Amino acid sequence: MNKNIILAGVGGQGILSIATVIGEAALAENLYLKQAEVHGMSQRGGDVQSNLRLSSEPIHSDLIPKGGADLIISLEPMEALRYISYLKPDGWIVTSSIPFLNIPNYPELEEVLKHVKNFKNHVLLDVEALAKEAGAPQQAANMVLLGAAIPMLGIDHDKMIAGVQRVFARKGEAIVASNVAAVEAGYAASKQ
Amino acid sequence: MKHLLLGDEAIAQGAIDAGLSGVYAYPGTPSTEITEFIQLHEAKRKEGDAIFCRWATNEKTAMEAALGMSYMGKRALVCMKHVGMNVCADAFMNSAITGVNGGLIVLAADDPSMHSSQNEQDSRFYGKFAMIPTFEPSNQQEAYQMTQDAFALSERLHTPVLMRVTTRMAHSRAVVETSDAAPKQNAMSLPENVQHFILLPAFAKRNYAELVAAQADFTKDAETAGHNVYTRGSNPKQAIIACGIGYNYLMENYQQEMGRSILKITQYPLPIALINQMVKDGAEEILVIEEGQPVVEELIRGLVPSTIAIKGRLNGALPRMGELSPDCVRLALGLEALPTREADNLIVSRPPALCQGCGHRDMYAALNEVAREYKSPRIFGDIGCYTLGALSPFHALHATVEMGASITMAKGAADAGQHPAIAVIGDSTFTHSGMTGLLDCVNSHANVVVVISDNLTTGMTGGQDSAGTGRLEQICYGLGVEKEHVRVVVPLPKNMEEIKQALREEIDYNGTSVVITRRECLQTLKRHLKEQKK
Repeated sequence: MNKNIILAGVGGQGILSIATVIGEAALAENLYLKQAEVHGMSQRGGDVQSNLRLSSEPIHSDLIPKGGADLIISLEPMEALRYISYLKPDGWIVTSSIPFLNIPNYPELEEVLKHVKNFKNHVLLDVEALAKEAGAPQQAANMVLLGAAIPMLGIDHDKMIAGVQRVFARKGEAIVASNVAAVEAGYAASKQ
Repeated sequence: MKHLLLGDEAIAQGAIDAGLSGVYAYPGTPSTEITEFIQLHEAKRKEGDAIFCRWATNEKTAMEAALGMSYMGKRALVCMKHVGMNVCADAFMNSAITGVNGGLIVLAADDPSMHSSQNEQDSRFYGKFAMIPTFEPSNQQEAYQMTQDAFALSERLHTPVLMRVTTRMAHSRAVVETSDAAPKQNAMSLPENVQHFILLPAFAKRNYAELVAAQADFTKDAETAGHNVYTRGSNPKQAIIACGIGYNYLMENYQQEMGRSILKITQYPLPIALINQMVKDGAEEILVIEEGQPVVEELIRGLVPSTIAIKGRLNGALPRMGELSPDCVRLALGLEALPTREADNLIVSRPPALCQGCGHRDMYAALNEVAREYKSPRIFGDIGCYTLGALSPFHALHATVEMGASITMAKGAADAGQHPAIAVIGDSTFTHSGMTGLLDCVNSHANVVVVISDNLTTGMTGGQDSAGTGRLEQICYGLGVEKEHVRVVVPLPKNMEEIKQALREEIDYNGTSVVITRRECLQTLKRHLKEQKK
């Protein structure tokens, strides 16, 4: 098993919580893991990404090589496109369709979405609407996205759900339940 | 026990498990998480000895306090980002001359590619400069183990040890297996020879001679401690030296059939015996893979015969600047790049920006409006979130160099005849390196306005305590700024006229004045409100 995942978004959107849950599930599977994060200045509303590598063999580089990513998980559609030079030819893009508009020159959204759809392997979801439908708060939109990525992660659905439960356990049952619901909603939408 | 730890956290845990008594640091990316991890450990600690872990005012005070802890026989760790080494260089260089009593590690986290820094200086130069052992772990597990080894080496050879990491080690997580044994701190003890710590020329000369003599021991240790590993390949004509995390990028791409001789380096000074062995085995070409500046690449030119071709950052085999990547190392090994897609030309950059509603924004809005009333204003910035005032939409700053330079550069400009000469500095940067410059201004009655944008925290690194919180006015009075020229305003849109008026009056005053714009950082405010709810 060997998965290279790029998590993308805008500073403050919560990509690291996605990484935390995948990491929790991967460790329970006794997989090797490396996860490079961005801290410091770029966190202030700039583009952020994290390289997450999972493998049944020891991992050397903390960074994913260009052309080496199996999957881009992005909380923002243009940010997904920022890293396509890292994607394998048959890699997947799983992204939120909702733009994060904090720059004056954001490209035409239609064009951005069209570029995402040009990829044979893509999942494009309104994660905020799905979170709402599932009865989860807006902050759980990242968990919807995580759910949508489960089929490409190489870790069983049930083991991912168990990971979510462990990560959120200290925040109480209600929070666990709404995050699980969000993950399930994303998973169901992705399977369609 | 197995833990998922950042490289920084692995170092912190390694230090705790080695019986650390004090960590001394000023926040700086990518080093901040080391001290934060130890602070969290202290907050949760129920048994065992306390570890001192309060933030220091700057890297120099941190380094000196750590040396004092070491003097008393206890183990101390000093942490900083690479440019912090410049701030503490006086204390650091001389700690090599005093030597240590308790183990002393100086941790420098370098930031090649300048993700969050103004230069990419390589701290290994400082190790060589001070002539002390330097460690450069290649992964998180090594970082944990080598922190403990470094303390042991420090005490065995009576020397501070420099530990150098870079961004991708500091800020990358991996599983680390840690010890379950309860840490044991050193008991207090005085140095065997107190003269070692009295650097009068007569004593310092003797100490320095000892340091020079110790170089052979340091090299011997680098050759035999097991941190540096040489493996002869089946094709030893082509050899590789890979340092620190450069080794990971090598192994990411390495194919067994290449048969290269490989020397992995994680401890300096250079293991000369191992390099000699590589030459003896028939090396005709040596590729040097190192993160940062071409330190080893330059050094080995003086060690190996000139007939050996040396490749690396200096000959273009690897990029001269910026951090390494699996991609550039792949090409340096003569492999083809992986198939990739062209970048999407739709993408636009998304630079970092000040938070919406941040007090720095209101400060800049007022300052820009007032500055426009003058013919040729110069505004000297400093290091912090507010450095982003140089970018859109404010474009407010005309210089930003290093911690504290806003005040002294404004002073120099005023000395040259510039008016208005304005400095913008944050509260934490002011206490870090601005206070002495303000005293210079007062002493020469310099015609400058110092804006202290006080958000009650060290914001950019994540909201650590700021050394002067609650005492900035007193500090300014104490340095001799006249009371009526220390103004305090609250940077909010509704106060815009009042702030502008204060700035105008102080610009028009011929002398040194301070305008403190004070409102809590939104990020720490959110955190504090959340904590109150609990």
